[in-house]
Amino acid sequence: MQSQLPFYPDQASNFAPSVDSLMTFLILVSVFFSLAITAAIVIFFFKFHRKSKNEIGVPIHGDMRLEVLWIVVPAILSLAMFGWGAAVYVDFRHAPLDTLDIYVVGKQWMWKVQQPNGRREINELHVPVGRDVKLVLASEDVIHDFFVPAFRVKMDVVPGHYNTMWFRPTKAGHYEFFCSQYCGTNHAVMGGWVTVMEPSEYAAWLSGSTGGDANPVTTGEKLFAEKACSTCHLSNGTGRAPSLNGVYGGTVRLADGSTVTADEAYIRESILLSNAKIVAGYQPLMPSFQGQLTEEDIMSLTAYIKSLQSQPVPATGAGVIAPGKK
Amino acid sequence: MSTTPPKPPGYQLPEEHYLNATYGIRSWLLTTDHKRIALLYLASVTFFFFIGGIFATMIRIHLLTPAGYLVTPETYNKLFTMHGVAMIFFFLIPSIPAVLGNFLIPLMIGAKDVAFPKLNLLSWYIYITGGCFVLYSFATGGLDTGWTFYTPLSSVYSNSAVTPAVIGIFINGFSSILTGLNFVVTIHTMRAPGMTWFRLPLFVWAQYSTSIIFILGTPVIAITLLLAGLERMFHLGFFNPALGGDPILFQHLFWFYSHPAVYIMILPAMGVISEIIPTFARKPIFGYTFIAASSIAIAVIGFFVWAHHMFLTGESTYAALAFSLLSYLVAIPSAVKVFNWTSTLYKGSISYDTPMLYALGFIGLFLIGGLTGLFLACLGLDIHIHDTYFVVAHFHYIMVGGAVMGYVGGLHFWWPKITGKLYPEFLARLAAVILFVGFNLTFFPQFILGYLGMPRRYHNYPPEFQVLNVMSTAGASILALGYLLPMIYLTWSMRYGKVAGRNPWPATGLEWTTASPPLTENFDVTPVVDWEPYDYKNRPDLGLQTPTAPTLAPAHGDD
Ligand code: HEM
Ligand SMILES: [Cu+2]
Ligand SMILES: [Cu+2]
Repeated sequence: MQSQLPFYPDQASNFAPSVDSLMTFLILVSVFFSLAITAAIVIFFFKFHRKSKNEIGVPIHGDMRLEVLWIVVPAILSLAMFGWGAAVYVDFRHAPLDTLDIYVVGKQWMWKVQQPNGRREINELHVPVGRDVKLVLASEDVIHDFFVPAFRVKMDVVPGHYNTMWFRPTKAGHYEFFCSQYCGTNHAVMGGWVTVMEPSEYAAWLSGSTGGDANPVTTGEKLFAEKACSTCHLSNGTGRAPSLNGVYGGTVRLADGSTVTADEAYIRESILLSNAKIVAGYQPLMPSFQGQLTEEDIMSLTAYIKSLQSQPVPATGAGVIAPGKK
Repeated sequence: MSTTPPKPPGYQLPEEHYLNATYGIRSWLLTTDHKRIALLYLASVTFFFFIGGIFATMIRIHLLTPAGYLVTPETYNKLFTMHGVAMIFFFLIPSIPAVLGNFLIPLMIGAKDVAFPKLNLLSWYIYITGGCFVLYSFATGGLDTGWTFYTPLSSVYSNSAVTPAVIGIFINGFSSILTGLNFVVTIHTMRAPGMTWFRLPLFVWAQYSTSIIFILGTPVIAITLLLAGLERMFHLGFFNPALGGDPILFQHLFWFYSHPAVYIMILPAMGVISEIIPTFARKPIFGYTFIAASSIAIAVIGFFVWAHHMFLTGESTYAALAFSLLSYLVAIPSAVKVFNWTSTLYKGSISYDTPMLYALGFIGLFLIGGLTGLFLACLGLDIHIHDTYFVVAHFHYIMVGGAVMGYVGGLHFWWPKITGKLYPEFLARLAAVILFVGFNLTFFPQFILGYLGMPRRYHNYPPEFQVLNVMSTAGASILALGYLLPMIYLTWSMRYGKVAGRNPWPATGLEWTTASPPLTENFDVTPVVDWEPYDYKNRPDLGLQTPTAPTLAPAHGDD
């Protein structure tokens, strides 16, 4: 294994071929310029080597055409690199609509993963091949980073923020993942393995053993009642707070007239910094739940609110003006 | 031993010069002579280079085996953090400006000293004070936050001596600011008659650009680290999300300085290279105005690319697009310099003297460093290579292959001026070649490691990465030899080296028209400049290619 190091790692996601082609393009451009400059230096070095002690060089002060040439050509090549790179990045930053959502919480120094049906894993991640997977990333302490080299994806896991990242595994197998943002003493052992399975195997694995792990939607529903969210957010829209039916993925109008898309980050912010964004037509009554909920509680609540996406949206008292597609 | 041609017997050290004008420890510690202050800095940055070098050696030995060979994870984390802090804040940032810049700027523009000589000495004391705090941190528990001090790790979670380190870097910042201020005022107001802006050596242009960054950027890092320190000491919530702060805000502030700071490190080295190449090609530099303007362009645009270190923190896609585009923009002036340096060689009269070997090595290494910057600025590619060994390799190519090579090359180039002595030429060439080989062997494998997915700051790694890591460590031992050699023979030459004479190369700058070592006042009489920079053709005083010149060595100036 050690003797036959390939220069590119395994390609196991939809992003791997795009990132590798970019890499190949940049390597080609770089090799061309490195060779051209090196060749020029070596040739000049020997060809114009000092012949006699007191010889001086031919005074040449510059050449405007050359200057323009070597500003314009690198500029064009740079634009090409920029544009191509931007296309891949924009794709990576915008998850498709219908994804398999998996919650990942990083803490010093382990990864806790929760599958959509509630099955939990630690330092392991199981995903089906061919399905768009979205990881919702949260941290309980410092900044971490979830990095899967074989997928060519990574994303920082930032306390106080939700970051998401998506990929589509393309090859069944076992791939190592790492924490790639330095996070303290055991940063280097904060990793694990992604197992990419055939969809049927994944389904079997998923239902195989929930090991008594509660479904996050059920946990979230329980919390919704316990924390008395349900006393204001009545689903029929008659409460002091908007109904949450259909909110997830939809568009919400705010008191200042602007609109936002209700994604995980919006929901999280609404729970923790409840008065940051007020839904049009409502009072800033909601208490802040900062410090009262763990990251996993928030994820369960989010999962529950997501499950309301398909519930009927009341005609009045709805939180959403344009429900997201299901 | 030395291959330097024997000098005619006429070469003697001047009777009195800045080194022997006064004696005793007080005369050094209370000096306001820019040349002596430069030597104080030379000693102190060398000390920090040594400290940083020892940490680096331990890191590379530790990484010989996948499980880690030498130290515990805690210690490993401290090693790379203290390596970074010592090298960046206390060696590389002050190195060329405070040593070569201090020594040369007044000489190059024909001035007696810098504009504020006492402030100049104060800068050194501030640097030393900051350095003491940092050494105190290293000695009492060490520092394990990474040189980047990311919050909330540094401000809440780390158990190491963060507070004294942060105070030390805060204090040290004022040294940079004062040095920058001094240089800007000196360059504006103290140029000798005839030394117009476009007759300034390109080294001075580079120092001028660097000084602007010192003045505008350093206050930001100072206040940022102060805020992190306050958060740590008094549990205030600037960056700690648990107290309503934002950890990403820290990164914006940190990189707002620290990206420009990478140009603080490389611009002065580019200045050195722009002096060496025309001297050893004996012809004017190709595209003087483009090289000068590109220094300013780098200093200015360099302030608008900081968030390219944050593409994967969750920053908005639009911000990422803007910062990627701007990063490509800042690469163009660097490319312009490389093309102009290379073209300067064309139809030159090129020699193999040691400084030239460093300069040509610099071009090659900086080229690789700069080109791989394009990989990192490429949004799609950065998703994969961000925070891997690819980044480590990139910035070492720039900072060690570029900036340190420039610094060591510059030391060799001006050593005869600084000490009045020549170093053993053969050993020096050998060391330059050893450095070049050792450097590439150390850092090239790290590009591959990074692309294969090895994250940075790891004290252990999967076994399939071992071969490349062992190569890197082997290279590092060659590299260490390459650094030890100059330390030894340069020190040796101060006492035993051959007397150099005013202008051994010969070079065209004003600094070469005065004695070596210079007098305390630099020049007997204020020089008047009536020649263009790097002009060999109209300089009969250099004794080149004029039938009456002595054949063995260049003549002295016509004073
Ligand atoms: C050609 C122009 C350059 C471009 C386009 C460029 C681009 C980049 C980018 C995008 C990164 C962030 C990589 C990441 O974290 O994923 C980076 C990192 C870095 N670059 Fe450059 N770079 C250039 C030149 C330089 C120069 C001149 C220096 C220093 C003298 C330098 C020193 C560094 C350092 C120190 C880091 C890493 C900081 C850290 O995370 O510890 N770069 N560069
Ligand atoms: Cu980590
Ligand atoms: Cu940068």
